This record gives sequence, structure tokens and C-alpha cells, in this order.
Amino acid sequence: MTTGMGSQTGSTLVKRGLADMLRGGVIMDVVNPEQARIAEDSGAVAVMALERVPSDIRRDGGVARMSDPEMIQGIQAAVTIPVMAKARIGHFAEAQILQSLDVDYIDESEVLTPADEENHIDKWAFTVPFVCGATNLGEALRRIGEGACMIRSKGEAGTGNVVEAVRHLRTIMTQIRRLQSADATELYALAKDLQAPLPLVREVAETGELPVPLFCAGGLSTPADASLVMQLGAQAVFVGSGIFKSDDPVRMAKAIVEATTHYQDPAIVAKVSTGLGAAMKGFETATLEVRLAERGW
Amino acid sequence: MRRVGVLALQGDVREHVGVLERLNVRAERVRRPNQLAGLDGLVIPGGESTTIAYLLTTSGLREPLARALEEGLSTFGTCAGLIMLSTSVSDGRADQWSYGALDVAVRRNGYGRQVASFEAPVAVRGVGDVPGVFIRAPRIEEVGADVDVVATYDHGDGEHPVLVRQGPVWGCSFHPELTPVDRVHQLFLDSMSEALR
Repeated sequence: MTTGMGSQTGSTLVKRGLADMLRGGVIMDVVNPEQARIAEDSGAVAVMALERVPSDIRRDGGVARMSDPEMIQGIQAAVTIPVMAKARIGHFAEAQILQSLDVDYIDESEVLTPADEENHIDKWAFTVPFVCGATNLGEALRRIGEGACMIRSKGEAGTGNVVEAVRHLRTIMTQIRRLQSADATELYALAKDLQAPLPLVREVAETGELPVPLFCAGGLSTPADASLVMQLGAQAVFVGSGIFKSDDPVRMAKAIVEATTHYQDPAIVAKVSTGLGAAMKGFETATLEVRLAERGW
Repeated sequence: MRRVGVLALQGDVREHVGVLERLNVRAERVRRPNQLAGLDGLVIPGGESTTIAYLLTTSGLREPLARALEEGLSTFGTCAGLIMLSTSVSDGRADQWSYGALDVAVRRNGYGRQVASFEAPVAVRGVGDVPGVFIRAPRIEEVGADVDVVATYDHGDGEHPVLVRQGPVWGCSFHPELTPVDRVHQLFLDSMSEALR
């Protein structure tokens, strides 16, 4: 495509800007065009196209990889909202393929089987923006240093249990507050402890927030979960298995969308939670054999 | 102090609140119908127009906002906000609705998907160049006779409108709220003062 004078694609502002536009919204995992349309009808702000939702990946085992391009293109054709897709940690060739498919955001995701146990993708090399998971502030800042334009908690995907996402959000918030109370001398040692780039540590100490939007993912399965994590400081939510593994996906999707917008209004969250049917069954995370949140370095 | 609402159902609400506060306006987040009362103006932010439309309906704001627009509430929409204010929308959902307060036809994602999103300087009449950030932006394809085109841009295929005004209603394809340059918002606020005189 020809572009106008002085125009620039793939700038940090343009890449982070799309994350800004998704704030206050719900990003839903979908495995086919029909689910994608249900998500859009229900007010989703974007969809994550993947072959199996995390709870099925967990059940089936084996190596989980990028989705078939045909499946992603089918979903792009079905909806008008942004379409995201997942690449394996460190698998920059999968990311190149996703970029060539014109996906709107790539999730370098621990839900898939990692391809590199040392390095993540160099995300600055791409025009398409990336979201990455983090369990703590150091991990978040390492990903931002590599070019991530959105950070999400990892949670423990596919469990229907929000406990790990809450742990990650609280850890990130507590560590940000610690930086804000530090003096300039202490920031060097804190950067070392966090294993994070010093300039980003300084930026967070000054602004009191991550340089990119912080969203929540992993185990959300009710409107109350969405309200909880928004009150803890998440700016938007990802819902994976929680919608299409519930009794009534359409109502659950709509209810979580409304609860995310009106998270500070318990009367509205109560109203949308009424008579929803069963949420996904879920797991106690202490009994899991594979802990996805431990993937990523 | 003037009170300007920011529709806070979904999108980059915080950035608009930040600009308005820098310009010494009291910015109020609007999520419920009663929060429209007494406002001097309203901003509809960037975000996803399908989500904002859905939440306008569920929150009970759809009709009250339609009445406020009919009564001449000064309103400024960026990106998704422009879509919500326009008369006709192409490449949207089959059931996509909009307020028709600005007589323009827009095409959703008219510059392409995210990898085609771009920044470029935009020359605004009476103001000069401002940074334009276009993110999956709607493209204004037609404007009615009563619409004042305040800025155009050439994306390699001819000048076309990117900032328009019709009476008290303004719409913009790009996101001035994502930059530290507040001059587009200042134009909108100045037009509110004109209306009071």
C-alpha cells in the first residue's frame, strides 16, 4: 500500500495505542468463526483465535503450537473487531507468519509449548504489536525491554481459577509501589533484584505504572472475577476457557463485558451475575501437573 | 469551571480525561444516564465502536445521548467516537447503528488492519501541523454540505477529510489524545465558548 508523506507504520505509539483502545474491554478466546461472531455480538473488544482453548490444551497434552492460518483467516473474515493470535515463546518464525496474515496483535504465550527456553522473540523487529504474560514486575519489564506493547498477568490458564492471576497482579502492583518509595540510589539495586532494565525501572518509579497497558488473563470465569481484577488495577481482561466452557456462553460473555465496564458498581455486577448457569468447572491449581505460568524467563 | 463528560464505557478514556484536565476543564466519566445532566460538552473516545454501541444500549445511555445530541450538546468523537456520531458506516456489522449527528459516511478500518496503522503529521486549519495517530482508523469517504472540513490528509491516494465539524459536533479519524499536543481538543473547547456567546 502506498502511504502519505512522512507516514510511519509500526511505531511504538501506534503499537501501544491499539492496547490503549482495548482498555475497559474483554478479549475472548474463540476456536471458530461461529464463536467469534458470538463474542462480537456480546460486546467483545477483540478475539483471540486459537485451535483449542487452554482447558482443552491442558486435557489433551502434547505440543501446542500456532493455529492453522486457514482457521485464523476464517475468524478474521467473520468479525470486524481486532483478531489476535498466539505464537510460542521464542518462536519468531510463527510470529512472522502471523504478521504476514495481518493479525492485529500477537500473544507470545506460555499457553503454547515454548520453542526457546532462554530467549523470547525480539518484538522490536515486528510491525505488529505483541502482548506477553508476566507473573511479576521484573518479568513484565524484561518483556517490555524486548518490545512488548501490552502486558497481561499469566494466571493459570484453563483452570477457571482466578487465584494465580490475582497473585500476579498484586505482585506487580506491590513491586511498583516499592519502586515509587525508593530513592534514586536504591533503584540500581532494585533493578538488579528485579532483573529488569534500569531505564524502565526508573520510568516506573517516576510514573507509578507500567509503560504499557496492564491487562489480566488466566482463570477468569465469572463477572465477579472481572470486577475483582479490574479493581486490583487491570485495565482490561482476557477470558479464555471461561466463556465457551460455561453452561450459557452468550449470557456469560455479555455478563463479563458489562461487569468489566461497571466493575465499580456491585449492583450492576449482581444483576448480570443472576441466573447465569454454571461457570466452567475448573481446577484447584495446587493439584496441577503442568503449571503454565512457570514458562517464560 | 466547565464540565465536559467523557463517555467511559470502553476505550482510551484516561487519555481524553488527561487532555481535558491539562486544558483546565473538569472532566467527568459518564457510565450512566444521570451523569449526562448539566454537562457543557461530551467526548466519545477511541475504542471499539461495536463494544461502545453494545454498552450504550445495555447501560440505558443510548436514548438519553440521542436526545442530548438533538438538543445541541457539544460533542467530540475520536476514531470509534467519530463512527458513533456519523450518518453512515460501511464495513461494519450488519446491525451497526450510529447517531447521525455528523453528516459523514465513514468506512471502518478504512486504512487497513493494525499492521497498516500509522502516524503522520496532519495540517489543521488555523492551527498548523499536529501529530496524527491513526489506529485501525475509520476513513471519512463522504461529507454532507453542512459539514466543515477542518483538516485533510493525503495517504498517497488524494486529500480526504480527517477532522470535521457540523455545528456543535466534531469528529476526528485520528487520536489527538495519544499525543502531548492538545490543540485539536482546544479547538473543540473554543467552539463551545462560541456557542455560549
